[in-house]
Amino acid sequence: MDLKEWFANRKKAADNSQSKQPLTNEEYCALWTQCFHCRELLYTRDLRSNLFVCPKCQYHFRIGAVDRIEQLADPGCFQEMDADLSSADPLGFVDTDAYKNRQDEASRKSGLKEAVVCGTGKIRGRDAAIGIMDFGHFGGSMGSVVGEKVTRLVEHALKHSLPLIVISSSGGARMQEGILSLMQMAKTSSALKSFSDAGLLYISVLSEPTFGGVTASFAMLGDFIIAEPGARIGFAGRRVIEQTIKQKLPADFQTAEYLLNHGQVDMVIERAKLADALGALIDLHQPSAPPKHSDAKDKSKQKVAAQSTPTRA
Amino acid sequence: MAHTDRKQVPLEFEQPLQALAQQIENLEKQLADNPAIESDLARLHEQYDLLRRSLYSKLRPIDHLELARHKQRPYTRDYFERWDSEWIEMHGDRKGADDPAMVLGLLRIGGHKVVGIGTQKGRSLRDKQQCNFGMPQPEGYRKALRGIRHAEKFNLPIVTLIDTPGAYPGMAAEEHNQAEAIAVNLMELAGVTVPVVAVVTGEGGSGGALAIGVANRILMLEHSVYSVISPEGCASILWRSPDKVSEACQAMKMTAKELLQLGVVDEVIDEPLGGAHNDYDTVATNAKMGLIRHLDNLRNLNRSQLREDRQKKFRNIGAFYEPAAV
Repeated sequence: MDLKEWFANRKKAADNSQSKQPLTNEEYCALWTQCFHCRELLYTRDLRSNLFVCPKCQYHFRIGAVDRIEQLADPGCFQEMDADLSSADPLGFVDTDAYKNRQDEASRKSGLKEAVVCGTGKIRGRDAAIGIMDFGHFGGSMGSVVGEKVTRLVEHALKHSLPLIVISSSGGARMQEGILSLMQMAKTSSALKSFSDAGLLYISVLSEPTFGGVTASFAMLGDFIIAEPGARIGFAGRRVIEQTIKQKLPADFQTAEYLLNHGQVDMVIERAKLADALGALIDLHQPSAPPKHSDAKDKSKQKVAAQSTPTRA
Repeated sequence: MAHTDRKQVPLEFEQPLQALAQQIENLEKQLADNPAIESDLARLHEQYDLLRRSLYSKLRPIDHLELARHKQRPYTRDYFERWDSEWIEMHGDRKGADDPAMVLGLLRIGGHKVVGIGTQKGRSLRDKQQCNFGMPQPEGYRKALRGIRHAEKFNLPIVTLIDTPGAYPGMAAEEHNQAEAIAVNLMELAGVTVPVVAVVTGEGGSGGALAIGVANRILMLEHSVYSVISPEGCASILWRSPDKVSEACQAMKMTAKELLQLGVVDEVIDEPLGGAHNDYDTVATNAKMGLIRHLDNLRNLNRSQLREDRQKKFRNIGAFYEPAAV
C-alpha cells in the first residue's frame, strides 16, 4: 500500500464512521418539521427563515417569545425587564405531580423562567413597551408572575408614556395558583384602566392560541386588536362548548378570521407584515405636528408608506 | 317565601343525620301509645343536634361545594327582597337583550342607597333554563356594566352578589364576545370612584364571577366557594379523571376560610347551622349587617381614594420570588 492509498483509506474510514453515527430522534426531528395544516415536510431552517410560516399553505406555526422578539423588535434594542421573577407555590399544589416539579419541567422545555417576556424596544424605529407570551412555557398560563410582569410592563409604559404592545398566547389562568391566578385578570385590567385613562395606545396581538382568563382580561382590552391568521382565540374551549350545547361547531369557529367576521378584532395580518403594521399604528396615534403648510399631511403619509414596505431581519 | 315549607334536600355528608332523623320520626309516631319513650326521644334529639354540630364543624371542601350549590340556597332576588321589599329592577343591556341570569336594580341597604348587581340561578326547571343555571351571557355582563356606569354617574355604591358556575360557554356567547364583556367589566369596575362591595353567596366560578367581583371589599358566606375553574374542570384537566373532584376542591383552596387566610377575602359571613337554605332571613340579615359595616367604613374615603383603595387591593395580590436588586 502506498502512501496515497493509505490516505484515501483513512479518509474513507473517517467518512464511514461519521455517516454511521445515526442521528438521535430528537436531532432528526429538529431538522424537519411537518406542517400541522398541509402535512408538508419542511426543512426547519427554511421554515425559520420564513418566520415559522409554512411556505406552502401559509399556516402560522406557534412561536416562542425569543423568536418573536427577533422578528419584531429592531435588532439589538430589546431590553428585558423583570427577567428574574419566578413563581412561588402559594397553595402547595399537588395533582398527579407537584406544581414545583411541573414548573421545573416547563422551564426545562421552554428555556424560560415564566410564560411571558417583557421589556422595551423599538419596532420599526418607534419606542414601545413590549410583552410577549410563550405558549411553550406551561401552556402560556397566567399565574402570579405573568400577572405581575404584565402589570409592571403596563405601569412602565404609563410612566414613560410609551405605546404598549402585548402578544398573547395562552391557555388561560394557571390552575395551580388557584384564586391568585384568577385575580391576575383583575390586576392587569386595573393597570390597563389607568393606562387607558392617560390616553396612551395599547395594541393587543392575539396569536395561536389565546383562551380563557387571558382573553377575558388584557388580551381583549386593546385599543386596537390584531390577530394572526388561523389563530384560535376564544373564552371557553371548543370541547367545553360542544359538550354544553351538544352540537358540533363549525370548523372555522373561534379562528382569527371568524373573529374578524364577528367584529371582535380589527385586523388579521400575516406575520411578515406585523412589525410594519405595528409601526404604522403607533405612528398614527402619535400627536401630529401642527401643519406648517398645506402639503405637510401628504408628506407624512408618504413617509409611513415608505416605511411600511416589508423588510426582513 | 314558601321555601321553609318544602322538604329539605339532604346532602351526601348528612347521611348519618338522616338515619337519626328517621329514628326520631318513628319514635314520635309511637309517642302517643307509649309515653315512657319520651326521655329516649329527648336524648335522641340531643344526639341529633350534637351530631349535626360536629358534622358541620369538620366539613371537607367538597361539602362546602355541595352546600354552595344547594338547590334551595337563597339567590340574589331572595336577598334583594329581604333587604328592600320595594327595590326597583332595571332591565336589559340597551343593545338588544335582557339576560335573566344577571339581576340589576336599585335598592336601599340600611341607610345606603345602592346599585345592586347579582347573578341569578333559577328555582323551577323553566326558571333555571331561562337563567341558564346562573351562567350569564355577554349580554348579562353588559347589563351589569350599565349598572356600574349608572352607579358612577349618580355616585351610588355598588353591591354585587356572586353565585354562578361561570360565564356561559355557548356558541352565541362566543360570537357575542364573552371574553370582551368580562374584560371590560374588570376594567370599568377597577376604575369607578364609588364604593364597591362584593359578596360571594354561593359559587364563585372563575372569570364569570370576577366580572362583578372587582371590589374594595370581598365578603364570602361561610359555605360559599370561589375558584379559578370549576373543580370538575380542574379534575378533568389535571387528574384526567372526573372522579377526582374532591381532590381538586382540596388542592385549589376554594373555601371561604382558606381564601380569608390567603388574604383575597376580607370577611367571612356566618350562615345558620346547616347552611343558608335553612333560614333565608337570618343569612340575609347577616349579609346585610356585613355590607352595612363595610359600606359605612368606605364612606370615609373620598372618590379618588376609593378607586385607589380598590386598585391597590388587586395590585398586591400574587405570590412570586424576586431576587433583591443589587
